[in-house]
Amino acid sequence: MTVLVGPADATGPTGRAGYGNEHNEGDDMVKVRRWFPSFLFVLPSIILIGIFVYGFIGNNIIGSFAMVRTRSGRIKAPGGFQNYSSLIGDPRYQHALWNLLVLTVTFVAGTMFFGLLWALLLERGAKFEGLFRSLLLFPMAISFVAAGVVWRWLLSPATGAQAVGLNQLFQMMGLGGLQSSWYSAGRFNMAAMAIPAIWQLSGYIMALFLAGFRGISEDQREAARVDGATEFKLYRYVLFPQLSPIALSALIIVGHMSMKMFDLIYSIAGQSSYTAEVPATLMWTQMFQLNDPTAAAVNATLLLLIVAVAVIPYLIYTNRTEKGVH
Amino acid sequence: MRGKKLAALATASLLVLSGAACGSSTESGSGSASTPASTPKAGGAGGTVGVFTWWADGSEKKGLDALEKMFNEQYPNDKFENLAVAGGSGSNAKAKLASDLKNGNPPGSFQGHAGAELMDYIDADQVQPVDSIINGLGGSKVFPQTLLDRLTVDGHIYSVPVDIHRANVVWTNPALLKKAGVTSTPKDVDGWLADMAKVKASGVSTPLSIGGTWTQTELFESILASTLGADEYSKLFTKDGKWDSDGVKKSIEQYKKALTFANTASDGDDWPNATDMVADGKAAYNVMGDWAVAQFEMKGKKYKTDWDAFAMPGKEDIFDFLADSFTLPTGTKNPGASEDWLRFVGSKDAQVTFNKLKGSIPPRTDIAPTGFSEYQQSAMKDFKSPDTKIVSSIAHGAAVPLAWSSEINTAMSKFYQDKNTDNLVKAFVAAHDKYAQ
Repeated sequence: MTVLVGPADATGPTGRAGYGNEHNEGDDMVKVRRWFPSFLFVLPSIILIGIFVYGFIGNNIIGSFAMVRTRSGRIKAPGGFQNYSSLIGDPRYQHALWNLLVLTVTFVAGTMFFGLLWALLLERGAKFEGLFRSLLLFPMAISFVAAGVVWRWLLSPATGAQAVGLNQLFQMMGLGGLQSSWYSAGRFNMAAMAIPAIWQLSGYIMALFLAGFRGISEDQREAARVDGATEFKLYRYVLFPQLSPIALSALIIVGHMSMKMFDLIYSIAGQSSYTAEVPATLMWTQMFQLNDPTAAAVNATLLLLIVAVAVIPYLIYTNRTEKGVH
Repeated sequence: MRGKKLAALATASLLVLSGAACGSSTESGSGSASTPASTPKAGGAGGTVGVFTWWADGSEKKGLDALEKMFNEQYPNDKFENLAVAGGSGSNAKAKLASDLKNGNPPGSFQGHAGAELMDYIDADQVQPVDSIINGLGGSKVFPQTLLDRLTVDGHIYSVPVDIHRANVVWTNPALLKKAGVTSTPKDVDGWLADMAKVKASGVSTPLSIGGTWTQTELFESILASTLGADEYSKLFTKDGKWDSDGVKKSIEQYKKALTFANTASDGDDWPNATDMVADGKAAYNVMGDWAVAQFEMKGKKYKTDWDAFAMPGKEDIFDFLADSFTLPTGTKNPGASEDWLRFVGSKDAQVTFNKLKGSIPPRTDIAPTGFSEYQQSAMKDFKSPDTKIVSSIAHGAAVPLAWSSEINTAMSKFYQDKNTDNLVKAFVAAHDKYAQ
C-alpha cells in the first residue's frame, strides 16, 4: 500500500513549497490551481467511464425491469421484480449458480495454494529462479480462448481404448484408475473446469506473493533468527502476517475473474452445454440465442450484485487501511 | 456532455426511424406490383452491395470468392463488398449481425439458414419479402415446391436459397461392416441398431461416433424424422405439434440405444473428430450433414471403397434439408444492388459454380448433374426424386427459430448426462409451448 501513497506525497507539498506563502490573499486561487490541472487530466476518463461503465450499468438495470410482450401478445417478461423471481426460480439458473460456486471455490483455492507454494519455493532460493519464474508465469500470456482449444482436447471424457488427452496420458503412465469424465459428468464437474484456470493464473498469484516477500526487509528475518525463531515460526509470525493485504488482493482478483469467467468455458464446452453452464455463459445464450435481452439483463444485474458482494467489502477495507497510513 | 449524449441518442433514433420508414415504403412497393416488380437493369442498379456471410474459410470461402468474381463481371455497375465474419459456424457472425441490424445499419444482403431461423428477423421487420425475385427466377418451375413451402412464412418468401445440404446422412466404413457381416443397408432405425450390435460383436468398441451437443441433436432429428415420417415430423413444429406422442418417445428410446454404441463425447467436441473416426476405421457409422464429404476427401479417402453413405432409413425416404440463403434487409442503402445480388445468387450459373466448390447441391432443379462429384450427383437425384420427402433440420435452424433450437440443444446436452426420457420429453413440450405459433 505504501507504493500507492508514495508518489502523491512526493509531488504534493515538496514540488510547490513556498508558492503559497507569497500569495496569501489568493489562497483559494492556489487551491484551484492545485487541483484543477489534475482534474482536467482525469476528466476524459471520468466522462468515458461515466458513460461506458456506469451509464450502461444503469441502462442494463433499467432494462432488466422491462415488461416485454411479443407481437402475438405472449408475455415474454412480466416486468418489475417478477423478472428477477422468475429467473431465480428457474432450475436452469440455479444449476448455473451451483456450477459457479463449485468453479469459484476450486479455482480460488487452487490458485492461492499453488501460487503461494511456488512463491515459497522460489523465495527459499531455488536455483534458476529467473527461469522458473518465467516458466510459471508464461501460461498467463496465453488467452483463455487459445488455451481452451487445447484443454478441450486434454479434458476429453473418453476413457479406455478411445481415450485422448489427460486420460490417455494417465493410461500410458499406468495410472488408468485416475481417468475421469472431467467436466462432462457429475455434480462437482465444474471443479475440472477450474484446472485450466488454475494452470493459467497460479503464476500470477506467485508473482504477487513473491513481490510481497521481496518487500519485507532482510533485517526482520535476521532479527527473528537472532531471537531464536525457527524457520516455521519466522514464516508464521513474521512474514505471513505482512502478506495478508497481498493475499486479500489476490483473493479478490481471482475471485471476481472466476465469477465472470466466460471465454474459457465457452471455448472448452461449446455453445449449448448445459453441463458446464454458469451465469455468464447462460447470459450469452439468453442474449444471442434465446433472443431474450430482458432475461440477460436480469442475469447480468444479478452477476454484478454477486461480484459486488465480494469486491465492495474489499474496497472499504483498503480505503480504511490507506487512511490508517496517513 | 449530457446534451451531446442526448443529441447523439436523438440522431441515432432518428436514423432508426428513417430506416424503418424507408423499409416499409419499399416493402409496400414490392408488394403492390406482383410479378416483375423490380425489373433488373442491365449491368446492375449501381452502388455498393455489402454481403454479410460466415464464409471466411475453406471451401466456403473459395465458393464466395468465385461468386464475387462472377458478380463483378455480370453487374459492372455494382460494387461487391465482402463482409464475412469468421468463426463458430456462424454464431460470431450472427452476434455481429444482430447488433448491426439493431443499430439500423443493415448490410446489403446477409446469409441466413433458410426457413424458421429467419423468423426472428421477419418478426422484427428486419427483412423484406423477395417473392418477386423468386418468381422472376422461375418460381416453382426451377425450385421444388416442397422446398418453397418450407421457405414460406405467412404467404411470403423471405430469402433466396443458394445451396442445399442434407443432414440425415449415415456415413459408413465399408471395411468394418464387411468384417461384421453387415451386407445390406438397414430398412429402418431398429434394423440399423441391430447392425450396430453386430459391429460391436465383431470387436469394434464404438460402432457409432458422435461429437458435441449439436451433432447429437442432428443424430436425434434424423432418427425422429425416420421413425415419425415426414408429415408427422413436420407437424411437430406447428401449433398442434405433439412432442409427448408415442412416436417421439419411441425415437428417444432408439436414440438412447444408439448412444450405448457410441464413443464418450464432451459437449464442446467438434464434428470433424467424429467423422474422422469413421475414416480411420475406429467407428463404423457417423451421422453428419453432407459437408462431411470434404472431410473424407481431405484425408484422401475414396467414395464407395474407403467410405460410403446412406440416408437414415425409416418410414419413407427423407431428405432432412438445410439451406443457406440470402435476404433483402429492411432499410438497406442500395436496395437495387441488393436485388441484383439476390437475382445473381438465384441464377443457374452462380449456383453451379458455387455448389461445385462448396460441395453442396444447388436448390434449382434445372441444373444438369454433370461436373458434380459422385456423391453430389446421388444427392441431387434424391433431392429431385418425387418419392423423397423434404423435411427441415432442427439443428441447423430450418425447422425452428434459433431460440427454440437452442432450448432443444440444451435439453439434448442434459439428456446426454441423465439419459432420462421423461425429462427430455418435458423439455421438448415446454420449448414447443413457448415458441410454437
